[in-house]
Amino acid sequence: MKTFALLLLILAAVAPLKLKMETDIGANRDSTTHIRHAIDLRERVGQTAFIAILGGFRSVVADFLFIDGHFAWERVDWPHLLMRLRQVTMLQPQMTMFWDVAAWHMAWNAGTAALNDSSQPPLARKRLQHEYVEIGRDFLERGVANNPQNPQLYEALARLYRDKLHDHARASENFLKASRLPGCAAYDERFSAYELSYCEGHEREAYDRLRTLFQRGGKERLPTLIVRLRAMEEQLHIPPEERIRPE
Amino acid sequence: MNASLRRIRAIASTTLLELTRLRVFYVLILFALVLIISSTFLARISFQQEFQVTKDISLGAINFFLSLLAIVATAQLLPRDMEDRVVYSVLAKPVSRFDYVIGKFFGVIALLIISLVAMSLLCFIVLHFRAEAALHDANQQMSQLASPQLSSGGQAIHGAGLNSDLVVALSLILAKCVILAAVTLCISAFATSTIFTISAMAMVYLVGNLEGVVRDYWLQEHPAGWLARAFLAFVAFVFPDLQAFDISDLVTSGISTTGPFLAKLLGLAAIYAVSYLLLAIAIFYQREL
Repeated sequence: MKTFALLLLILAAVAPLKLKMETDIGANRDSTTHIRHAIDLRERVGQTAFIAILGGFRSVVADFLFIDGHFAWERVDWPHLLMRLRQVTMLQPQMTMFWDVAAWHMAWNAGTAALNDSSQPPLARKRLQHEYVEIGRDFLERGVANNPQNPQLYEALARLYRDKLHDHARASENFLKASRLPGCAAYDERFSAYELSYCEGHEREAYDRLRTLFQRGGKERLPTLIVRLRAMEEQLHIPPEERIRPE
Repeated sequence: MNASLRRIRAIASTTLLELTRLRVFYVLILFALVLIISSTFLARISFQQEFQVTKDISLGAINFFLSLLAIVATAQLLPRDMEDRVVYSVLAKPVSRFDYVIGKFFGVIALLIISLVAMSLLCFIVLHFRAEAALHDANQQMSQLASPQLSSGGQAIHGAGLNSDLVVALSLILAKCVILAAVTLCISAFATSTIFTISAMAMVYLVGNLEGVVRDYWLQEHPAGWLARAFLAFVAFVFPDLQAFDISDLVTSGISTTGPFLAKLLGLAAIYAVSYLLLAIAIFYQREL
């Protein structure tokens, strides 16, 4: 009995150390993966339940579901694909590829298929396409919330706002956010300025940013940048001596 | 001291020999190997991120089967020895219960290491061949590029396949399985049957994966009754945080782990293993044989 009591005492002494180390490791892991920034409680609870149930086998299950989703895409079975993509992103929220592909399938593939569905009246097609685009946007916004340090998801969200929702202000904002992150594409800052140049009331800001890019020289002086800069010069009535010169 | 070490070594090697004779050992290893090999075909079905799928499936298979092996192999050690009356003849000799439990534990650890090495070797071979195939395809497609660009592309492909983070993930899987073996030994020290131990371990595995959430909830002082708070504190103090050792997601996402982070995890694993082992020994000392 004496040995037993002694060992229990040792374990009681170890417990605070255990808690401290676990808390440190948890904090370190969160800062490494940048999770828990903007994820709502419902999503966290869902993720945690999956983690607990599947243990270390979560990533494998996600891959199998993703492969099944790929077959659903080949069969053009959009509801099944959507279900699989939701499961996959819930299981593996840190895998940015899953969020990106999920949004692409919904906003581009399912959206276009809905628009070309001749069995539906034109208004219903348009509405269904819009719904799929919104689902794609939701995937990317949740992906960004789960991976706020990943520039690729901001870029994908910006492309969606630009090409599908025609919301230039939000497209510009997301390209700009991407451009401030490590590993971003070289064109992010430029694209942000282009998109801003289409926003009413932001002409001056867009002009200043395009001008700054132009002044950086060589690689930035691309045809689209020059065209947008000249358009802004016209709109803002920039004096001729301050305008860029033809090269 | 030397005599005690010799006894522990003798018990460990006998335990290892007994375990390698179990059919379940070969069945589990075979399942894991089949899954690792099949990962390469599944990766081809998936049109993107071949390495990610291959690594996910390989690490997942190793994690799952090694955990299962740690639980199943350890759960039947003490009950079977008692049923076969081996424990009486061993403890009748100048062997302390401490030597006996530690010897059994190290026998299981040796089995886990051998299994991990076998599965890891196959995983490395699969990844190496996938990397070579990807490199061959890339060389054919980009033969016009300058040699520095080709060599940097080759390095990127090799880096995406086999890298040091994979070894870190495998080490942490082993650390997690060592903890599981220690907890299983702790439960089997008072359990009367193997089935009870395995069922209890299934619960421990589930709660262990949720321990992080429970601990966060308890430490953040959410409003809750004293009974709920006492229960949360009990779970946070008693159960190991198994989720902390699952870094496969980070490895497949390409996020590198730092040295201090790894050292902390291994330190935590050592604390868990020693604590549960001491508890197992204490319980086994109290048990009437």
